[in-house]
Formats: sequence, C-alpha cells, structure tokens
Amino acid sequence: MKFEPVIGLEIHVELLTNTKIFCGCSTTFGAEPNSQTCPVCLGLPGSRPVLNKRAVEFAIRAALALNCNIVDYTTFDRKNYFYADLPKGYQISQYFYPTGTNGYVDINVNGETKRIRIHQLHLEEDTGKLLHVGDILASPYSRVDFNRAGVPLVEIVTEPDIKNSEEARLFLQKLRTILLYTGISDCKMEEGSMRCDANISIMPKGSKTFGNKTELKNMNSFRSVQRGIEYEITRQSKILKSNQEVIPETRHWNESKGSTTAMRSKYLASDYRCFPDPNVIPLETDKDWIDQIREALPELPDEKQARFVKEYGLPEYDAEVLTSTKELADFYDETVTLFNEPKTVSNWFMGELMGLLNNEKVEITQCKVTPQNLANLLQLIDKGTISGKIAKNVFEEMFKDGKDPQAIVEEKGLIQISDTAELEKVVEEVVEANPGPVEDFKGGKKKALGFLVGQVMKTTKGKANPQMVNKILGDKLK
Amino acid sequence: MKYFGLKVHEAHKLIKDREISSEQLTKSIMDRIEDVEGIVHGYVTVTKEYALKKAREMDKKIAEGEEPGPLSGIPCAIKDNICTKDILTTCSSKILKNFKPPYSATVYQKLEEQGCIMIGKTNMDEFAMGSSTENSGFFTTRNPWDPARVPGGSSGGSSAVVAADEALFALGSDTGGSIRQPASFCGVVGFKPTYGRVSRYGLIAFASSLDQIGPITKDVRDCALILNAICGHDPMDSTSVSADVPDFTRFVDKDIKGIKLGVPKEYYTMQIDDSVKKETGEAVTNLANIGAEKVELEMPYTAYALPAYYLINPAEASSNLARYDGIRYGFTYEDAENLLEAYKKTRSSGFGPEVKRRIMLGTYALSSGYYEDYYLKAQKVRSLIARDFDQAFKNCDVIVTPTAPTVSFRTGEKIDDPLMMYLNDIFTVPVSMAGLPAVSIPCGFVNGLPVGLQIIGKPFDEGTIIKVASAFERMLALDKVKPLFGSYVRGGA
Repeated sequence: MKFEPVIGLEIHVELLTNTKIFCGCSTTFGAEPNSQTCPVCLGLPGSRPVLNKRAVEFAIRAALALNCNIVDYTTFDRKNYFYADLPKGYQISQYFYPTGTNGYVDINVNGETKRIRIHQLHLEEDTGKLLHVGDILASPYSRVDFNRAGVPLVEIVTEPDIKNSEEARLFLQKLRTILLYTGISDCKMEEGSMRCDANISIMPKGSKTFGNKTELKNMNSFRSVQRGIEYEITRQSKILKSNQEVIPETRHWNESKGSTTAMRSKYLASDYRCFPDPNVIPLETDKDWIDQIREALPELPDEKQARFVKEYGLPEYDAEVLTSTKELADFYDETVTLFNEPKTVSNWFMGELMGLLNNEKVEITQCKVTPQNLANLLQLIDKGTISGKIAKNVFEEMFKDGKDPQAIVEEKGLIQISDTAELEKVVEEVVEANPGPVEDFKGGKKKALGFLVGQVMKTTKGKANPQMVNKILGDKLK
Repeated sequence: MKYFGLKVHEAHKLIKDREISSEQLTKSIMDRIEDVEGIVHGYVTVTKEYALKKAREMDKKIAEGEEPGPLSGIPCAIKDNICTKDILTTCSSKILKNFKPPYSATVYQKLEEQGCIMIGKTNMDEFAMGSSTENSGFFTTRNPWDPARVPGGSSGGSSAVVAADEALFALGSDTGGSIRQPASFCGVVGFKPTYGRVSRYGLIAFASSLDQIGPITKDVRDCALILNAICGHDPMDSTSVSADVPDFTRFVDKDIKGIKLGVPKEYYTMQIDDSVKKETGEAVTNLANIGAEKVELEMPYTAYALPAYYLINPAEASSNLARYDGIRYGFTYEDAENLLEAYKKTRSSGFGPEVKRRIMLGTYALSSGYYEDYYLKAQKVRSLIARDFDQAFKNCDVIVTPTAPTVSFRTGEKIDDPLMMYLNDIFTVPVSMAGLPAVSIPCGFVNGLPVGLQIIGKPFDEGTIIKVASAFERMLALDKVKPLFGSYVRGGA
C-alpha cells in the first residue's frame, strides 16, 4: 500500500523587541541565567502584566507579511497548565482572537508554485527554560532559567498542506526569509528564537480521512525538521503496514540517535481551561494603526523577486537566489544602480561574491566589499583596464581588506597590456622559444594556438589583453 | 499618655503642632497591642522594631523642619495580602508562611512615601476567601465587641485592629465584600473604591476582575484622607484608571440636601435579620430627615449576583493560585518523588479547605464543555447586574442598603456550612460585580453589636459617598462609640 503524508507545522518565533511582552526586562539572548527577571516575569504573587505595544505591532507586521487578515478586537487569555518552566501556572496567549488568520506562503517546489495556507498567527509569552545535566531523560534534576519567560513570541500554525519533508524545509526557509525581511525576529533556530513542531500523519494514497497524528518536538535545525519528518513517516508506515494503529502522542526528536521517542499521549489531552486574563484589558486594534504598519512593510521576497525578473530581466533562478535575504537583495540593487548591467552584476554575485561569502563563512552584512567598489571593479573590466581573470584576483583582495579595486590594480601593476608593439615583442619571444607547438599549429593542430596564448599570458603574468594576443599570434603564424 | 485612641486627623494635628512625636504615638500603639492583641489576634506579624525605627526617622525629619503631611508619622496596619518588601506577606496561608516579597505594592509605597508607619500585617481569611477570618491558615481573629464572635472577613484582622485601637487605620482588600462586611461587624468605616481607582500592583490576586484595595478607618474624614493617599493611575497595573482624583476631604461635613437616596426593595426582601432591617431602615429615615430624598428602586437581577459571583470568583482564583506550586517560593513539600507528586503534596498540605473548595469549583467552571454554561453565562449575568445599577443611577445619586444581612455571629457558627457563609456577601457582591464604589459605616447596634450601612455610588463618584457618609456620621456620632475592653483588659479603653 502507498501512503500519503499530511503535515502541518507550528512555528514559534521570538520577537526582536528590546523588552519582554509584559514587563521591562531585557530580551537579550545568552545572559547569566535568571539575570533578566523581575516580579512580573517571575510571576511573583501580586505582580501584574502590562502589555508591550511594540510586541503587538511586530505580531501585526508578521501577520501582514504572511497575508493574514488582522483581528480588530482581541483579548489576552490564560492557558492554564502546570509545568516547572511556567512561573504563573498559566501562559498568556491569544486563544480566542489570534492577531492574524487565513494567510498563506507560496513556495517553489521544482519550479512550481505551491501555496501553504496559514491557519493563524497569534501572540503569546515564552516560558522559562529547563536546563538539564546531559540528556533530558537521564538528568537527575532540572534547573530553570527564567530569562526567556515573558519574551514575546508569535506562533504560526499552518494548515495541513505540506506533503513531505522537502516541502516542510522549503516552507520553513521561505517563512524565515519573509520574517527576516520584516525585521520582527532574528529567526535563529540554533538559539531557539525560531522553533518548529510538526504534526504528522499518513493515510492511504487518495484517501480523504486523515490518520492519527503525532506531534514531533525538539527539532533544532531545518535539517533535523527534515530528518524528523522522514523518520516519522517511515515509522508510521511500518506501523500501518503491520495493521497496527498509530498512537496519537507527542514525540521527541533525538538528533544524535536520529530517531523519535514517545513523550506523552494525546489521549490524556490537557484541558487548558482558557479564559481572558482579567489583568490585561482587551485590545482594539485601530484600523489606521494597521494601515501604518502595512505601509511601513518592506518589499517582501516575492515582490522583490518579481521586480528583479521584470525590471532587470534576470532569470527566475537568479532572482530567487538574489532575494534570499534582504541584505543581499539590497546590496544587489545598489550595485546595479551604480553599474547598470544587471545580468553581469548577478553573475558576479552568484559566482564570486556568494562563493567567497560561503567559503569564508561571512555574512553579507559583514562583507568588506561595498556596492560602490564592486561597481568600480566591473567598470575596470568594462573599460578593458583589467581582464576578467585578473579581476577575480582583485576581487579576492577587495574581499580580504575592503580596498578600492583601482588602488589594488595600480599598486600591483595589474593593468592589462593592450599596447600592440609590446605584445608583438612577447609573441615573438614565445614563437621562438616554442618551435614544436608552432610546427604543430602550422601542421593543422588548432589546439596548439591555445598553448601559445597561454605562454604569452604566463610571460605577462596574465596582464596581456587575450583578444589582442589571439589576433597577433594568428597573424604571425599564417 | 494614651494616644492609641486617636483618629488619623487628630493625631496629625498633634504631630503638626509638635505636641506629640511619631515615636510616642507608635509606642502607644505598641503598648495597646501588648494589652489587647491577646484577645483580638488581629496581627499575623507585628513589625515593632521596623515601626519604631521609621517613626524616629520621621521625627528627625520633622525636627529638621520638614512640614508633616496628613499621614506623616501615622501608624497603620496592612492586610497580609499586600506585598511589603522584605517583610512577611503570607495571605494567612501556610503555603506562603515564609514568603518575603522582594518588592512593595504600589499602595504601600505610596503610604510609605507619605510617611505612614507600618506596625504590622493583619490576619485574614486565607487568600481572602471567607467572611469570618476563621479560614486563616494560622488563627482566628476575634471581634473586639465580643471576642466570642467573628470580626467578619476577609479583612477581619484589619477591621478588628482598627476597632480595637491597635492601629490608627488599616488597608484591606475587597473582592465581594471583604472590606465592607468586616467593617460592618467591627463598627468601623470600610471603603471599597471603584474598580481601577487604586492600583492592585502588589496585591496578591484572589479574583482579579473583582479585587480592590481600600481603607478601614475610625471615621469618614480619615477614610477620605487615606483615599487621597492611595487612589490614582499606576503604570504597573493596566486595569488602574487615570481618572482625576479629587481631594476627598472636600466632601466631608457637607450638606446633603436634595441628594437622591436610592433604596432597592430587593435588598430588604432577601434573607435578612429583622433587627438589621430595622436599623438600616431607620438610617434611611434619618438621612431623609436631614434633606436627602428617598427614591424606591427595582433591581431585578440582584438575586442572581451571588450565584454568578461564585462562578467568576472561583474561576479566576483557580488560575491565580496555580503559581503556588512549591518550586520557586513559599512552602515546598520536600520529599516528593517527582514533579507531579511535588505539586500535589505541596498544594494539598499548603492550602486550607476553603481555598481547595474554590480551586475545585473554579477549575470545574472553566473546564472544556462547562465554560460556556458556567463561566460565560456568569459573565453575562454580571453585565445585566451592571445594567441594573446603570438604570438605578439614572434616578438617584447613591444607593443605600444594609452591608450584611446579620450582625457578627459566633465563632464556629457557620464555618461548617459554606453556603450560609457565602450569604454574608449577598448585599456586597452585586456592587463588586458592577465594579462600583461603596462604603460601610456604622448605623446602629443590635444587642451591643454594630450594624453597617452600605452606601453605593456611581463609578468614580467616591466623593458623593463620602458626603452622605459624613453627614450620617455627624448626625449619630457613632464613631465615638467604642468596644468596651475595660472590664477585661489591662490599660482599659
């Protein structure tokens, strides 16, 4: 029997506000445990939450970027449950009226656009973090760090539109790109500012009835999301093939073992007894305010990509790569403004610039090359001052120390030799020194010309204008 | 000299005229506590050294020329659910018996800034759940008028120590009558301001949509003074309101000619003692005699207030009390095998029976499948009750009712019958559900026990309540009548 997976994702994203959602504590990552806490985020008796307007603004911004409808009246509700990382015994969340509903994200699956629907986006507070000695199941005790408690989060819930682990990865990447564009989060999976849980079920191909689902947690990278989903699909297929039933439960992804283990059953589902928190007054989101936030949204990846194709005449592939981060796209835009040959610029980006960034593990924001310098370099090639080959070496220098290309070219004497008399002299020497290849060429072996050109380039340390060398050599050996 | 019997405004005059020092006043209170606390049991904690130190500091400031404000050097008592930095704040619960908050409630900060001297934290029903202070996790407070009887609750400690002259005034908190009912039982003035008038930051939550802090004082002028000190918007409490705060003493000793007194017939036909009905009826007549105009009212939803209250209140409480899990502060059951057992054992042994009852009720009312039928329906009833009041206030300026259906009852009399106990709040709860301000002032005696009159006002119109209460007080001068400790207390009354 063939099976068809049904996958929905729940993504938690920490917002980049300076302070927490209900108090003035800092949200900076990596501080000494429990150093960023106060009576409010510790849930001390008598403390009261006061809503951070910026967090609401960020949630609206994210929801707009995901094409959601924005709620005009909302409450902040208590989700009651007991856990050691939850200082008040409840989490404040938008249970009844999420900020955004009915949105979507389009992804590119093998050249086809596929729409993944967003069920909702809601704002809530993060919990504290339990720290364990070694593995969670083997640790003799837990310690709690409340620095994270009260950091604002948005939870984004997709519809079960994802069919396999690859689509899940593409969706997450696209979502991350969009959210990074909006600036509401740094979306670092390794620091936990972006976290993904996956609801996975499988059903016989073509079936309309969903199978029992499991919820997979603790996947800390795109790769582990992909691996976790694959593992779970295989596990569930085996169960169904043996005529057993998949137990609805929450499962824990173990990265080092590459497998999932059961955490808790969904048959004993918690009743969260949600009700509006009487300490937080209901919020009416003013239409003008939403419009302001909408207008302040940056150009988002899909729009930008479309513009790159239309305005710059770039292939879809180039446009997609160049818009993969806002910073890269901005860098590209600026370079093209200074050197108006979009495809040439794109080739340099996708070849040289991104290659070096990847190899040296440097972010575009830390790159020492400026759009102006890159444009200058391309102009030097265009004017024939240096060859394309030399330019690549110059670019490496620029990347290393951020110098202007003109200065590097002058300093190292890399200006292309286009003086006919000078080149003829070198050609003369090469012809004399290589009688064998010269004979070969004259005898019809066209390949030998390439060798002779190479010798000229070698003698001139690559500075000779290759087109001219070709011509002079050709004339000479006629 | 015995200064403990002074009112706040009397003591202020003496301090201002440099006739007494805050230290003398505070010492006098300490002596009084020594004499009568063995009978009253009003305090969970007496902060003697702290108070004397603060009093001496105040005296020094005054000696150096600082002009004393109305509350400078005045000793007061604070209900033990109001956080006081580094000083035990227990809610009279075993689960918080060792809890010293690292911060102070906004109200306490305000009193401290204005020079008040805290002399102790007062006993209460555990987490403010109760009407007799018998639900304290520690001990039962006695009524100074008859130590065999309860002081009311939950602010029973605060009311009793003010009635017994163990503090010049006290702060209490009122969720469904917890200031007004004990004030009524102890023959003192107890004021619940409009919801949002006083910051709740630092008030340990019971039922957040109902809780409100207010003063318990020896007369109406003192009440106005304390309201002046504690009202106002607080950025730390989103539900606190930024309405203008008038000088409430301006409403004291004013004519009430033409004031319309609403008298809702429902409050006099419900389960109420005849003697209490008679006393409050006379109070209305007395007020009419000095110029107020009586208006008969109908408030048909009154009877539904109590049942709706006993859904909303436990629902919020069940959630508010979830944080007492023994993990971070307070009592911890040490020998648990795992997290779940730690929760169960800590909470089972830390909470008393009434608290557990409310947690059970509230958890049930919020549970999936019951939420719509119980919690949401109760909220709808709540808005109908508020509408009752809105309608009523179109025809009157204040509404006058008994505060409680009976006078103080004997210790032990109702403790085994929760429903009987809940009926104590039958006249105070509707006001709380509507978030309105109301005072209880003494209006007479039944068999030597005080009866309280409840005066309810429009939202944020505490001033008119003060005006009517003050006029009434001046007429009968019941503030001069004190419990007779003389026969059994060293030092006398």
